[in-house]
Amino acid sequence: MILPDALFYLFAFLTLLFGALVVANPFSRNPVTSAMFLVLTICAMAGLFVLLNAFFLAAVQILVYAGAVMVLFLFVIMLLDLKEEQRRKINLFGIVTGSGAVLGLGFLLTRTIWGGDFSQTATPKVIGDTKALGLELFTKGQFLLPFEIVSVLLLVAMVGVILLSKKELK
Amino acid sequence: MAWLDSLTPQAQFAFFTMLKIACVLGPLLTLVAYAVLAERKVSALIQDRVGPNRVSLPLIGGIPVIGPFLTKLGFWHPLVDGVKSFIKEDFTPAHVRKIYFWLAPAIALVPAFLVIAVIPFGSTLGSQKMVIADLNVGILYTFGIVSLGVYGIVLAGYAANSKFPFLGGIRSSAQMISYELAMGMSVVPVFLVVGDLNLSKIIEHQAHNGWNVFPLFGGGFSLQTLLLVPCGMLSFTIFFVAAFAETNRLPFDLPESESELVGGYHTEYSSMKFGMFFIGEYANMFAGAAMMTTLFFGGWTLPFFGLDQAADSVWKGLLHIGIFMAKMFAFMGIFIWVRWMLPRFRYDQLMDLGWRRLIPLALANIILTAAVLALTDR
Repeated sequence: MILPDALFYLFAFLTLLFGALVVANPFSRNPVTSAMFLVLTICAMAGLFVLLNAFFLAAVQILVYAGAVMVLFLFVIMLLDLKEEQRRKINLFGIVTGSGAVLGLGFLLTRTIWGGDFSQTATPKVIGDTKALGLELFTKGQFLLPFEIVSVLLLVAMVGVILLSKKELK
Repeated sequence: MAWLDSLTPQAQFAFFTMLKIACVLGPLLTLVAYAVLAERKVSALIQDRVGPNRVSLPLIGGIPVIGPFLTKLGFWHPLVDGVKSFIKEDFTPAHVRKIYFWLAPAIALVPAFLVIAVIPFGSTLGSQKMVIADLNVGILYTFGIVSLGVYGIVLAGYAANSKFPFLGGIRSSAQMISYELAMGMSVVPVFLVVGDLNLSKIIEHQAHNGWNVFPLFGGGFSLQTLLLVPCGMLSFTIFFVAAFAETNRLPFDLPESESELVGGYHTEYSSMKFGMFFIGEYANMFAGAAMMTTLFFGGWTLPFFGLDQAADSVWKGLLHIGIFMAKMFAFMGIFIWVRWMLPRFRYDQLMDLGWRRLIPLALANIILTAAVLALTDR
């Protein structure tokens, strides 16, 4: 089949393009525009998940990230009215640290891909099936502990935010 | 139909999908136009007025009895409304953010139509299933798309670059997220009972085990169906309330509340751009009504006369589509009726209801349903 391959390249290209436009848009330095391109990046990534047969992940990606998290981002950006952000010039420190991080990540990724063995094709364990995903997460004991720890971590973060946002504690 | 058989399976699939999209979108747009008329007529009825009764077409208006009757019914008003919104001046204020100003109406309109794609609106016609895309994660797809709908309103508020629309946009983003949570959690009991996310499977389950809103209806009597009745009622009630908030209908139309915000997020819009927000709102109502029908009221099935089985003839297939439409229209009627009966909530009341009433109730309902299912063990 040629179509899935073509779609993969299309979505991968769009993900990278939109991702680049989030941080370095030559036409606009408006934070809302950046946020909207991040939404498009997330949608293109959901397309990649669909091509991997991970329909559940694709739907959740759109639902949680594009539909909820980014709306909150937009909400905050619009409330804060970031005018200075648009006027700010790119400074040297940002360029150096940013490119340093990119180089480090690129090095790690290339090393991993270089060292990988591509001669054999693996069949995915979980194929977009919610039941299989749920069993994997909740019963086998394999991912149960990490999953629950992440949940508790989120709870801690939420309690912390409420604590910080309270002006005076009784 | 020889030329159809000569096509490859993929080409046939593409052809039938296109056909279904055309057959759904066309009537949907017409229905949207007539839902506006229904709204005007119902509001007139409730407020003891006559309602739209003026437009008469040159030739048809001359037919005795039928012509005047249609005029009195306001039958041609949607047509004239449509023409009017196209030929009005499309004014773009000087201070708006142009790109978002143009994009926002389209972004508001598209998700409403995309939701319809996964709704099974009938059983079968010939060999074709009456659903555009029979997705395995159907319901999650729906919620994903519905959650994108808020961008149209938020961006419209932002694009207008003035105070009232901006407040409308801000309000809508907070409101939609709050009620999306309640809505998403209210359907979890349905999945627990059905055990599948596919909307066709959910309807199939309801055909055998009774409607989700009231499992005794069509499901036969057993301890489990009896105990599931309160769960079903509760989850439907939460979904129903959240659907009003998600479609920005009274009593939750805070994003546009005329008396406080002029027109809310679409204050600066005119002509067809305003029309697109309008169409989007009504298409969203149809999507909400279709979702309620599918998730809680058995979709195209009725538990009498063997109407809960997939159709074996074209007539029965058409009857199934008719049943689905009838249920959907009933919900549309309720949407319209409620709008003219209830006053608007205050904003803090809206948030209070969403976060401190509906979400805890929905969570409790999940636990209750899980307990019932575990104890009565199927």
